[in-house]
Amino acid sequence: MGRNDGRSQGVWGVLVKAEHRPYLLLSPALLSLALFLIAPILFIFAYSFWLRADNGQDIPAFQFGNWASVLSDSFYWLALRETFITSAVTTLICILFGYPTAYFLARCKFNNKALLLFLLFLPFWISYIIRTFAWINVLGKNGFVNSVLMSLGLIDEPLKLLYNDFSVVMGLVYFQLPYMIINIYVSLDGIDRNLESAARTLGCTPWQTFREVTLPLSIPGLGAGSLLCFVLAAGSFVTPRLLGGTDTLFYSQLIYDAVIGQLDWPTGSVLSMILLASLAIVVAVYNRFMSLSDIYRSFAK
Amino acid sequence: MRPRSTTVGEIFGWNALRVTTTLVYIFMFAPIIVVVLLAFNSSRSGAFPMEGFSLQWFGKLFSNQSIVDAFKTSLILACTSSLLATALGVMAAIALIRYSFRGKAIINNLLSLPLLMPEVVLGVALLLFLKFLQQPRSFLVLMIGHTVLSLPYVVLVVQARLVGLRQHYEEAALSLGANRLQTFKEVTLPLISPAVVGGFLFAATLSFDNITATLFWKKPGIETVPTKIFAMLRTSISPEINALGAVMIVITIALPLIGGYVVRRISRGR
Repeated sequence: MGRNDGRSQGVWGVLVKAEHRPYLLLSPALLSLALFLIAPILFIFAYSFWLRADNGQDIPAFQFGNWASVLSDSFYWLALRETFITSAVTTLICILFGYPTAYFLARCKFNNKALLLFLLFLPFWISYIIRTFAWINVLGKNGFVNSVLMSLGLIDEPLKLLYNDFSVVMGLVYFQLPYMIINIYVSLDGIDRNLESAARTLGCTPWQTFREVTLPLSIPGLGAGSLLCFVLAAGSFVTPRLLGGTDTLFYSQLIYDAVIGQLDWPTGSVLSMILLASLAIVVAVYNRFMSLSDIYRSFAK
Repeated sequence: MRPRSTTVGEIFGWNALRVTTTLVYIFMFAPIIVVVLLAFNSSRSGAFPMEGFSLQWFGKLFSNQSIVDAFKTSLILACTSSLLATALGVMAAIALIRYSFRGKAIINNLLSLPLLMPEVVLGVALLLFLKFLQQPRSFLVLMIGHTVLSLPYVVLVVQARLVGLRQHYEEAALSLGANRLQTFKEVTLPLISPAVVGGFLFAATLSFDNITATLFWKKPGIETVPTKIFAMLRTSISPEINALGAVMIVITIALPLIGGYVVRRISRGR
């Protein structure tokens, strides 16, 4: 676009040199991110070394007391482990149900495939908290599942389905499944179908074709969906808070309790940094093998 | 190529896929249907069994001033923050797609950063930072926070649209004597307007929906719809919450439909 610069006489063209334009266009966005996202995160990193004072006026300092007490407390390690296990289980279930669905959507011959995809993302537009509390209606003591099973005479006592790890996983899967499906779908949809036909012509069984051709080619989508699913699940707060029981341990909840409940901001800062760092490690390991840009692309769909 | 023979295994496999997909769709919609169903239940408990049809919970809802207030707060918040996010996002997306400059890859990654960050951490960070700067929690904080949270989505949506748009139109306008602002106003903006509207709606939905970060940033006493529901759920699930849920479901399903319609109208009108 540079060759017309001599002729464009607008304010923009006169005042701003061509090489500065992109930076000028970007500066509002970058400035707001720097001020309200990066600076705050650097700040709580610094805050994690401050000294906690009982009167609430924490003292700026550089000492490792907060870190030491969190890192030496097995309770926090247990919570981190539980969070990661629950997120991994959620991801696995999403793969288990998401892959076949994505495959069906990519390969079915319906005329209104767009409608099916649209339907899949319809719940996505519905408020997160409503979709979460909906599960209380479904799984609760007088919920849908129990009242159906009771009226069929299959059970005498309502099953305890709510306020435990099971309901947390249900809620998380409910939230993440569309992300997983769309990521895999995009990958599957982009595969050249001739490759599959070629494999069949060369004597592969349908299963072999899937295993040797389709599945490897859909790995980018599967990977992107899984990372997204895992990271979003591990960072979730509302779902475990609403659907979890008293023994549900989720790292985000500990952060909320420390910061809002106990006003222990140094500890809250340490916990935030640990969660951030452990997820960053997951992302970094992923990035080592696959490209992160796949993930961002899926958001734009 | 020899004609493909359809084996028994293949038919079985395909049917298994069909069943799984059906189950997934039931799974996605059943909870929503249950909420809408229970909103019309006359029972006081807000749970099954269905005792009779009633609209009373909707009446209760609209006469509940705190819920109406929360709705107002949420709407104003969603509109302002998504306008801001759209303005910033469109500018950033244009810079990223239409110009080549140093540090582009890094900036691109930087702009997507909030997508993968746990919201709790973002919530804590901004809260403590503002406390340190002795800024009280206010509506402004919520507005800024929501803008930052939805900015990456707007950038991605507009970027995706711009990539698919050839530069010829803009170059033609420029060579015909339009200046850059005119070109942007008359050519680029109309062409990317579907993405702008889409990005705006996306940002508005994200803001209207946001709960985790909002819990950290909101001033005590001010509630958005999600935090109001969150607070109501502390006690127990009531038929009123189901009615509120049903209203929100109808709104949020209508919104993308209207949005899609508007986008289609705009792109057809040009």
